[in-house]
Amino acid sequence: MKEISDIRKDFPILSRKVYDKPLVYFDNGATTQKPRCVIDTVDEVLTTYNSNIHRGIHALSDKASEEYEKAREEVRAFINAGKTEEIVFTSGTTGSINAVAFSFGERYIGRDDEIIVSNLEHHANIVPWQMMCERKNAKLRVIPINDNGEVLFDEYLKLLSKKTKLVAITQASNALGTILPVKEIIRAAHSMNIPVLVDGAQGIQHGIVDVSDLDADFYVFSGHKIYGPTGIGVLYGKEKWLTEMPPYQGGGDMVENVTFEKTTYNVLPFKFEAGTMNFPAAIGLAAALRYVTLIGRENIRERENELLQYATSRLLQIDGLKIYGNIEDKISIISFLLKDIHMYDTGMILDKLGVAVRTGTHCAQPVMDRFGISGTVRVSMCFYNTKEEIDVLAAGIEKVKSMFA
Amino acid sequence: MTIDQVQDSIVEEFSVFDDWMDKYNLLIDYGKDLNVIDPKFKTKDFLIEGCQSKVWLHPEFEGGKITFTADSDAIITRGIVALLIRVLSDRTPAEIISADLYFIDKIGLRQNLSPTRSNGLLSMVRQIKLYAMAYQATSKK
Repeated sequence: MKEISDIRKDFPILSRKVYDKPLVYFDNGATTQKPRCVIDTVDEVLTTYNSNIHRGIHALSDKASEEYEKAREEVRAFINAGKTEEIVFTSGTTGSINAVAFSFGERYIGRDDEIIVSNLEHHANIVPWQMMCERKNAKLRVIPINDNGEVLFDEYLKLLSKKTKLVAITQASNALGTILPVKEIIRAAHSMNIPVLVDGAQGIQHGIVDVSDLDADFYVFSGHKIYGPTGIGVLYGKEKWLTEMPPYQGGGDMVENVTFEKTTYNVLPFKFEAGTMNFPAAIGLAAALRYVTLIGRENIRERENELLQYATSRLLQIDGLKIYGNIEDKISIISFLLKDIHMYDTGMILDKLGVAVRTGTHCAQPVMDRFGISGTVRVSMCFYNTKEEIDVLAAGIEKVKSMFA
Repeated sequence: MTIDQVQDSIVEEFSVFDDWMDKYNLLIDYGKDLNVIDPKFKTKDFLIEGCQSKVWLHPEFEGGKITFTADSDAIITRGIVALLIRVLSDRTPAEIISADLYFIDKIGLRQNLSPTRSNGLLSMVRQIKLYAMAYQATSKK
């Protein structure tokens, strides 16, 4: 693996200062920083071959279309999907889930049908299903969690029934970092012929994702959380589902033939890509995936585990600090609260020390409700962070304690 | 002191410090002097919906002037609301409505609080002004 000092040089923003202090960026769960190669790739698209894809007959459009389709193939290879047509570009994880919630709902969901989610979901994997349930008079069922932030597998099995039409679960909790037993969840659902959507927003950047091995029916993620540009996301869906599902949005490029009497739709994946797609971001995402592959996904997982272990033991030494989400199997996220100190006060002071964390509910209010708290301070690390930065964080937390005690 | 005189003295008190930590320590100290709301008013009716920290604000209209009491579950927020009250409490509705709160910008509160928090601050100001307008309307009747 590359030396950490070299890795950090790949990310220009990491050398900047905030309030005259070196930036310590621990908000990677919200969005990751971008390596130079991604920035350069987007720059190159815009400066040398920007042109609308799939439309023009000229050289620039050909080049842009070719690079965009190459990006799709790179995404396919990265997640080991069977076919390139199974990769749909979207605006992000939220866009992907909304697309499935609408299209799958239109095709397969009826009155009293049930969708299962877990108590750990991000709002993006709750609200679209609620909207669908409202449209279809269907019901949302929720897998409960225990005090450590683990889903209760036995309770999940009890929820599965003939009424269940889809299970939608996150690969890892964005609020607590706990990893879900996705493969087992899928296997159990499949034993009853129930498809499963996996929200990979907090999964794909932390290790190897193989949708064929998982046998996921849908897998969704965001580009900006895996070192790529914002405004691009992926919806992987098994061909069978994507073929049967109606399009989510109508517009240009998703059609085969349009008359005022009847419109027929384009083939996969274009049926789900209405309007001009964010092709510079898609091409930038491919560059990000190449970068991740270059660093090595096993290496990333190992390094992040090391950081997680170090940070956990370091923070647990702090008197009055409580970590939410205590299991072995976690992504490199630590959610915590200090006794009698508001998370906002903690976050605000850490910010002034140059340490970027997130405070609040992390768009996962049901998780906070489950623990009876109004939010946490979330430290989300990734492979470019260092133990020295964790020491800065720990010292910052002590400073917070001294100010508010 | 007029509203502007109070604002000027707050700006001066902050100008002593260059470092953000010192400014925050000052804010924390202001919070300790806050005229705290009677716990019975810590209800949904008097809650200002901020993003992450809760703020309760209670107005009392007597002798043509509005007195505010408040509290927050976050200490820095309590300091901010204490500043607002120092400037705007014990004033006539007309004074409050016409107040130009330039001290927020001058001491760097607006730029240096995150947008969500900044919105919280703005919603506090908005709520204070709304109360003033309501009292002005009723007292004219």
